[in-house]
Amino acid sequence: MPSVDVPLLEMKGITKSFPGVRALQDVSLEVGAGEVHALVGENGAGKSTLIRILGGIYPRDAGQILLRGLPVEVASPTHARQLGISIIHQELNQVPALSVAENIFLGREPRRVGGLVDWDEIYARAGRLLADLGVSIDPRRRLGTLTVAEQQLVEIAKALSADAAVVVMDEPTAPLTLEETERLFGFIRDLRARGVGIIYITHRLQEVFKTADRVTVLRDGQYVGTYAIAGLTMDELISLMVGRRLTEKFPKEDVPLGPPVLDVRGLTVQEFFRDVSFILRHGEILGIAGLIGSGKAEVAHAIFGATPLDAGEILLDGRPVSIRSAADAIALGIGLVTEDRKRLGLVLSMSVRANITLPIIRRLAVALFIRRLEETALITQAIRDLDMAVTSPEQIVRNLSGGTQQKVVVAKWLQTRARVLLMVEPTRGIDVGAKVEIYHLMVALARRGVGIVMVSSEMEEILGMSDRILVMHEGVITAEFPRAQATQEGIMASAAGRVRSAV
Amino acid sequence: MQFSRVAGLATLRRLPLTRLRNVLRRFGIAIAFALLLVVLSVLSGSFLTISNLLNIARQVSINAVIAAGMTFVILAGGIDLSVGSVLAFSGAVIAGLLAAGRPVPVGIGGGLAVGALLGLVNGLVITRGRVQPFIATLGMLTIGRGLTLVYTDGRPITGLPDAFVWLGAGEVFRIPVPVLIMMLVFLASYVILTQTVVGRYVYAIGGNEEAARLSGVNVAAYKTLVYVISGVVSAASAVILTGRLNSAQPTAGVGFELDAIAAVVLGGTTLAGGEGSIGGTILGAFIIGVINNGLNLLNVNPFYQQVVKGAVILLAVLLDRRLR
Repeated sequence: MPSVDVPLLEMKGITKSFPGVRALQDVSLEVGAGEVHALVGENGAGKSTLIRILGGIYPRDAGQILLRGLPVEVASPTHARQLGISIIHQELNQVPALSVAENIFLGREPRRVGGLVDWDEIYARAGRLLADLGVSIDPRRRLGTLTVAEQQLVEIAKALSADAAVVVMDEPTAPLTLEETERLFGFIRDLRARGVGIIYITHRLQEVFKTADRVTVLRDGQYVGTYAIAGLTMDELISLMVGRRLTEKFPKEDVPLGPPVLDVRGLTVQEFFRDVSFILRHGEILGIAGLIGSGKAEVAHAIFGATPLDAGEILLDGRPVSIRSAADAIALGIGLVTEDRKRLGLVLSMSVRANITLPIIRRLAVALFIRRLEETALITQAIRDLDMAVTSPEQIVRNLSGGTQQKVVVAKWLQTRARVLLMVEPTRGIDVGAKVEIYHLMVALARRGVGIVMVSSEMEEILGMSDRILVMHEGVITAEFPRAQATQEGIMASAAGRVRSAV
Repeated sequence: MQFSRVAGLATLRRLPLTRLRNVLRRFGIAIAFALLLVVLSVLSGSFLTISNLLNIARQVSINAVIAAGMTFVILAGGIDLSVGSVLAFSGAVIAGLLAAGRPVPVGIGGGLAVGALLGLVNGLVITRGRVQPFIATLGMLTIGRGLTLVYTDGRPITGLPDAFVWLGAGEVFRIPVPVLIMMLVFLASYVILTQTVVGRYVYAIGGNEEAARLSGVNVAAYKTLVYVISGVVSAASAVILTGRLNSAQPTAGVGFELDAIAAVVLGGTTLAGGEGSIGGTILGAFIIGVINNGLNLLNVNPFYQQVVKGAVILLAVLLDRRLR
């Protein structure tokens, strides 16, 4: 055991900027041997950036990393592993086509004399590791044939095999069932007993109180503080994370609701959800909540024509419509703000101008020639209306901050004069200020009569912005709450599918 | 506080370098081209003469025209390896029609139609058949060559009318006709890529195909279109080459795809798609042409010329990666 006054890991004064955004400003983190240290903060608070710096994925602009009191430069992920820092990432970095054992020892396979891989040794060691974890997975199985939870366990075995001193777990329970989560907590206790330092990142605050010894809170890339769990309540933790009272954050207004604009009946995409029906009115913000894998995002994609429907019908302003592609949806006045703006929402290599007018560029053209002046007028207006932090319409979207990028996505759909806007995770990964601006925009749109479906994993946003809330669990709508009757507990219970069996 | 001041100072010190980097990134190829011209005019007295420069432009024109089409394809995130074979088959069809006594416009129209058709097949195999562009056009490279051999029976087709030969070998006010054709192709490409909906869509598809689709772009149609464009301009370069040689050769255009890709990449267009410009491509084509010409003037052994040319291309691209 190292001496008590030298922590196992210290990160001090870490600062990191990306073009146009300061991701971390003077952030510190200290983890002792045998400690479970929770790292919490809203989306975009800088947790992932901090961990990527620790893992050698990003270089830092300033600050220091000390391991057992000695300064280290983590040059690469491989180097991090050699130093005893193991990171279990949110998106698993695994090779589905290789065996479980090969994945565990990827890049550091035991060798025989002459450099050939020692297969007996690999399988034997992988088997022992998995047995230690108390799981029965054949190390020869192809990783791709395992469930997500099993893959997660393999990732943990991998972290342990490296004799890690520090293990970082980024949202480890997101894909796990309740039982699997309990088992994971068991492993965490074992690791702690062995003197491993654990950094535990999660959005599920109950887990923080259940597993962690201390918690460090980040907000908008700033270090808020480090607290002992024993002296903290859930409410205190939330207000530390959010930094202000929730009511101030959500500018929701009551807009008089018009007639139904979107009426979906019995929508089914076998793979994702079944028999989803709801009515959305002009001026209404309808929240759809649910855990990862509940099918909530896929509902929006299906309405937009991006995923083909197996069954169900869609009525727009009372008229049955057929939507087979995004182009159909756009023509009918439906817009989709996707959950993944970089992968689905934006063409990062293009200018703000080209992104904003992409869905309507045909309308701006005469015989294929773009009427540039008219386009410029639209863009200038959009930049002003949404108060976008851009230096010129020709600025490349890749170089903008997350919040400004999200405004570009929203601006793009404002151009189409959509009557229905499907917004999936509309404020994911953007800072609090930009979030509030997006909320203001949603209210302004609702006031104009636009119907908004807001699919979100952020409970506060669901509670703060929705007129009505639908909850999905495993592809089925399990509950509906009017704004006045919605509570975090009620939504969580329905999202977990426990609404009838529990209580 | 202390840390932010340190970071601030570091940015300040980095600033002039950043600016230099930006200039190099934007105009690097143009600067490299200018340097090349200066060096060659010092090394060889016959380099900087009007007749030599026009000669270079004429030699460049065939590759440049193909590279213009290749720019569309690469910007849209694809690749077209079949251009040389498409050139050969179009050229053979043109020569065949003309040798059979058809009027020149009919011959040229037939050749361009063949180019468009082969490009259409490429596009459909890629979009409808979901075949990787590399593989689809590799198949067409072989098919096109085979069709050419079948059509010509492996022999050159000769006996072309003077009016047609003029397109490859003629001049207007001392400017070679192929150079005029090249200018026309580049002007049209520039206008399409910068002023029209087609250009926007090409950049959007190459930059992020899924986002383009979700913005209502008919991705399959526009992806197909770029291969049709590539096929048509390959046929246009067949007009130049066939006219210049006064015959259609069954082995014409072998390896041309590589020079065209080199010109596009030298011009700063990324092979991943979505980023680049047609102006860069013409510079890239001229850099390759000037290197060829310069090495000839300097009497460099032709075997070494290939090594030098390849090395220059690699160097330019490596430098470009560094700056990005």
